[in-house]
This record gives sequence, structure tokens and C-alpha cells, in this order.
Amino acid sequence: MQFSEELVRKITDEVMAQLRAQDLASQSVSPLAGRERVNEKKTDYSGYPRAAKGSDPKEVVIGVGAAFQREIKKTICGISLDDVLANVKAGIEEEGMVSRVVKILDTSDVCFMALEAAKLSGSGIGIGIQSKGTTVIHQKDLYPLSNLELFPQAPLMNLETYRGIGRNAGKYVKGEQVVPIPCTNDPMSRPKYQVKAALMHIAETEQLDPEVGAIEWEG
Amino acid sequence: MKRAKRFEVLDQRPVNKDGYISEWPEKGFVAMKSPYDPTPSVVVENGRIIELDGKKREDFDFIDQFIADYAIDVDQAEQSMKLSSLEIARRIVDIHVTRKDILKIASGITPAKMTEVLNYLNVVELMMGMQKMRARRVPGNQAHITNLKDDPVQIAADAAEGALRGFAEEETTMGVARYAPLSAMALLIGSQAGRPGVLTQCSAEEATELELGIRGLTTYAETLSVYGTEKVFIDGDDTPYSKAFLNSAYASRGLKVRFTSGSGSEVLMGNSEKKSMLYLECRCLYMTKGAGSQGIQNGSVSCIGVTGAVPAGIREILSENLVAALLGLECASSNDQSFSNSDMRRTARTMLQFLPGTDFIFSGYAAEPNYDNMFAGSNFDAEDFDDYNVLQRDMQVDGGLRPVREEDVIRVRNKAARAVQAVFKYLGLSPVTDEQVELVTYAHGSKDTPGRDVTADLMAAEDVLKRGITGLDVVRALYESGFEDLAESVLNMLKQRVAGDYMQTAAILDRGFHVMSGINTPNDYMGPGTGYRVEGERWEEIKNIPHMIDPRDI
Repeated sequence: MQFSEELVRKITDEVMAQLRAQDLASQSVSPLAGRERVNEKKTDYSGYPRAAKGSDPKEVVIGVGAAFQREIKKTICGISLDDVLANVKAGIEEEGMVSRVVKILDTSDVCFMALEAAKLSGSGIGIGIQSKGTTVIHQKDLYPLSNLELFPQAPLMNLETYRGIGRNAGKYVKGEQVVPIPCTNDPMSRPKYQVKAALMHIAETEQLDPEVGAIEWEG
Repeated sequence: MKRAKRFEVLDQRPVNKDGYISEWPEKGFVAMKSPYDPTPSVVVENGRIIELDGKKREDFDFIDQFIADYAIDVDQAEQSMKLSSLEIARRIVDIHVTRKDILKIASGITPAKMTEVLNYLNVVELMMGMQKMRARRVPGNQAHITNLKDDPVQIAADAAEGALRGFAEEETTMGVARYAPLSAMALLIGSQAGRPGVLTQCSAEEATELELGIRGLTTYAETLSVYGTEKVFIDGDDTPYSKAFLNSAYASRGLKVRFTSGSGSEVLMGNSEKKSMLYLECRCLYMTKGAGSQGIQNGSVSCIGVTGAVPAGIREILSENLVAALLGLECASSNDQSFSNSDMRRTARTMLQFLPGTDFIFSGYAAEPNYDNMFAGSNFDAEDFDDYNVLQRDMQVDGGLRPVREEDVIRVRNKAARAVQAVFKYLGLSPVTDEQVELVTYAHGSKDTPGRDVTADLMAAEDVLKRGITGLDVVRALYESGFEDLAESVLNMLKQRVAGDYMQTAAILDRGFHVMSGINTPNDYMGPGTGYRVEGERWEEIKNIPHMIDPRDI
């Protein structure tokens, strides 16, 4: 069969018009279509003190995500963020080091969050924790996407792991040979959790405020 | 409500343990087409694209600009854009239109036009398109070789077995990133113990990965990620230009490279600009082409939990693979990430690449049990080897693997483990005991192996970098330790970098180190009676599975 260009274009336009009409129809049945944000409100951090660069060589800075303890109160697998933070801090203290918590508002990428925390830290060691629970231990002079330890599978984390992360961060400060926390792996966490991870990350990202940068959050 | 027993049963089925979400275009949860996708257009003035998909040049973001300047053939653009998307879609499945003709048309269309074309094709038509458009004549397969303990001895043994089973490429990564130099070295040695000519890479942070490549501890690279929106690029401290620069850094040392992309990443990172996953992936593939890469690993890859959760997500994944092929890129077509609790669903998803054949059907089949897969689980793993071999036999399809004999597997695993033991000893790295060699030889996964002294290994890994140990040192160590054949194989892999032929599109090496690429062995499929067919020796090999009934036993 031969098609003239004009005929093809006509058919195309017709089909495309139908496709567009279908899109509009599908919009109205999708319960989510049309919404622009996960949380309608954005928290204003402009009145908070900006995070300062520390000078204490014993200091580990914990950089938490923009939605941490505010819009998001639990990790992806339901652990309270208050408990997460308490355990990381306890781990750092167990090693005789001191912790300081800042909230990172420039980025929601956990590697960059951790690196920013490390750069603010008096010791040069920092920890980044996203609100969904993903965590990285970083050192100020490493490449952003490199790290000392990375815990990519947030659904597998428990409070003991968070305490261990604090402890290891403390050991890196002391320059000890550190045995990294053994990896865990569950191939079925992606099907179960990835959509939830995307939504939590969107909720975190929409709270970013790069103008403010990083603020002192606690401790 | 009183519950119906059938629904209670259905609720417990594995498929209902997977995550699903309805379409939400504002946040990018839409597979094939978003109401916010741009309308295709191109305007060329003085040999330069001044309008792309409804956007004027002054409004371009850096992705638009890169695509307009480097990824679209300006001389071909107006002619290609004149064709209706429906007509292009029809030509893709028309067996009388050659692959070459399609490549020419595709070289002049814009990302939005490409998205429109793909929307006309259903999954069977997409498979027909892939069968014709794949670059290399014979399909291939790639393995993931990793373990939970980052044990280099197990990496070597699994690499040897994987190579014997037919994988043309093998990729490793680490739980603890600092293990990278040992992992790369073990993979290089192990792969050659299984089948000379297998390519290897170590997925690590980009600068580390480049350094390992330059030193000859890896023989290709894959982890050069591109993203479909400017914001996601910036968050990663990158631009298309920096990726192009990194690509040239590998090329300057004669290393095969492919880029990585995949739908869902922009959604997962919260910056999809309301566009469909397919449109954003088209942008990624155009950048890949524009940066001069010979190929791509794509098909949602590690974000398949997102793409697989929306309607038509799996159709979208094959669409992305086909777009890569339409742009003339080698396509390593994912299937490398677990995405479903349902065996039916995960198998069906893989059939879309398995049946037409792609350059690499998996860009990471877990050649270890999935609990050891440090890419967070692949869609198929070592426990599926026999299922896969039977699928090849049932359908007379070449999926890149072959049945093997247990004694051969034990032999190559043992040789690989002993070779790593010898090389580590020769180079003064962390020791490998005879007991470990023995346990790893017969192991299924890291649950069957003794732990390593992690501190000693990490010090050794650092030492490899500090002392500037290279692929040639590995050759020497193998030779001096009595593994002359392995020394020669590793040396031959290093020689490829001087010859450079394996940098051509979709190149793999046979056991005699001859390159088979889309250039010297191009896909010539044009309907029944043409193209690659499973026959002869290869068919005999696929037929010959273990566990067959022997009439003499009855």
C-alpha cells in the first residue's frame, strides 16, 4: 500500500488528537493527576541560625534531610527519626567523640548531604541521613560520590545499624582501622519500597531551600 | 465486609507484594506519554538548530543545547521530520526497509518525535523493531559478579563459571567501595580462567573507575550516567559536557565504554519536569549519542521499581531499548534488577528482550545467588541458570548462555581461585588460604565461604593503588606463578586497547580474541530467511541440557 504524505499526516493528526483526548480522560480518573506537591506547605527556615564550620577535632556533624523530623517523622520502614538520631549520636559518644546535627537544605542527594556535613565538621568526618533512612559516612576530602561507608538499602536498617554508624564515624575521627558495618541485601526490597522511596524523596526535595543552605538543627 | 476466600488467596499472591501507583504526570509517574510532553518540531538556520521540540534556542537548557548541537544530524533533520511519526513507526516494523535506512531517518528526528513514534508501537511491534535494529548480528549476555563479603576469591571463581556459561561481559561492584582494586583484579583473572576474551568492568565512583581502567585492571566501563533533566544532572555535579569529556578520557586509553541511563531515575530524584519517562529517556539517549559513546545500558535499570509500578511501564522499558538501537547505539538492555516478587511477571518482562535478542539481553544477570548480588538483586540469578537454558531450548532462541558440566565448572572455579591466591601472594597482598580456595571452589554463595580479614584486604586494596599496580603486573604475577595461559589471556585483553577495534559499536571478543561488533558482524535481519538463526553447533549446544531422560535407563 502506498501512502501520500498528506494522507499520513492527516491520519497522524487524527490519531494524535485522539491520544490527547485519552490523556485528558485518564487524568480525570487518576486520583493523583493535577497535584503539584506531596505536602502543600513548605516550611520556612529563614529564621534559623545558619550552620557554622566547627573547629573541635572530636566533632562529627550529622546532616539530616530537609523534611527530617518535620514533614517526615519515620524512615521508609517505619523507624522513628527521633530514635534514629538518638542512636547515631549515642554511637558517636560511645567512641568519646561529640556530635552536632545540621539540616541540609541545598540538596537531598545523600552523598552530597554527607559531604556537606563532613565539610562543616571539625574533624572532617560527617554523616548524611535522608528522611527515608538512607545514610552515608563521608570525609571532607573525598569525591562527592565516593564515601567511607554507604547504606543504600534503607528498608533493611535497624536502630543497631544506626548506632554502629555513629560508632564507626567516631572511629574514623580517631584514625583507627575501621571494620565497615557488614552489608545487608534484600533483592525484594526494590519491588516493595521503590515507589515509596520516590515519594519520600519528592517530599524531601520539595522542602529544599538553597538560599538558606544549611542550618543548625539540634545539639 | 465478609471476605471472599478467593480474594484472600489472590491477595497473598507474590504479584500483590509488588508496589504499584496510578499515573501522576506532575511528578513524572507516567510511562509512555505525558500531557506535558513537548510537541515535535525542528527549525534549522545556517546549519544550526534554532528550535527544538517547540523551544527556541535562547530558551534551551543545557540538555537541549547539547542535543541540538551534537546529537541530531542537521542535514537530515528537515527531511526526517517531514515524515509522519506513524510512517516512521510502520517502516520500523516493515521487513522491506533496511536497518540502515531506519538509522538514517532516526538520525534526523528530535526526542519528542522519537517519543511519538514509539507510542505507535505495541510490544510485539517493539520486539520486531528490536530484532531488526539490534547492532550486532548475534545477541549477547552480561553477568553481575559480586558477593556480600566482597570476597575477591569468590569473585574470581564466579567470574570463571560465568565466562564458561557464556557471558561475554562481566561486571562487579562492591558493598564496601574501597575493595574496588581487589575486586577488579579478581574479576579480570577469573573471567579469563573461564573463557578467554570475556570483557570485565568494576562499577565504582567515576574517578576510581577511570583509574582502574587506565591501569588495565578492567577492560571496559559502563557507569557513565546521564539523566533526562538539567536539575538531576546538576545535583550530581555533572553536565552532558563533563560526561562527554569522561568518555574521551576512556577513549584516549583505548577502553570500551558505554553510558548508563534509564527511566524512573528523574522521578526517583524528584525532578522529572512533568515529562513522560520515555521522553526523558529519549533525551538521555540523544545525549549519549552526542557524547560519542558507542552504546548504552538502559531499560529503567535500577529504577524499575518506579517504571514497573505505572501502567505500560514494561512496554516503556522495551521502548527505551529500541530507541537506543534506533540511534545506532549498542544496547545492554537491563533485566539486571529485581523488580517483582512474581516469577511470572519477572519472566514475562525479560521475554521482551530475550525473544528479539539485544546486544546484551541482561546488563547484569546475577551469576551468583541474588543474596550475594551487590547491585541489590538482579531479575535472574544463578538459581535460574537451568530455567534460562531450558527457555533457550524451548523456543530455539539464543539468550547468550549454554548448559555446562559440573566437573568443568569445578575445574575453572578452582583454577580461578588458585590464580588469585598466587597473584595476591606474588604481589604481597592479603593472603588467601588453601582452605578458602577449596571452599570457594565448591561454594554456591558467600554463605558457604569463610569470611575475609576485611582490614587486611582494605589495606591491600589501598596498597594496589599506592604502588601503581597495573594489568601488566597481574600478567607478570600470573606468569611467574605458573599460570602462563592466564597470563597470555590477560595480556591479550590489554593488547585490545592498543588495537582499539573493540571500541566499535557493540563489540565483544571470541575465545581467539577476535572482535565481533556491529561494524564487522552487523545485524542483517530483514524478515524470515534472513539474519541470525539458531542452528548448527550453537543449536546442538543449546539442545544438550542435563536432566534428560535416557531411554536406556528404562
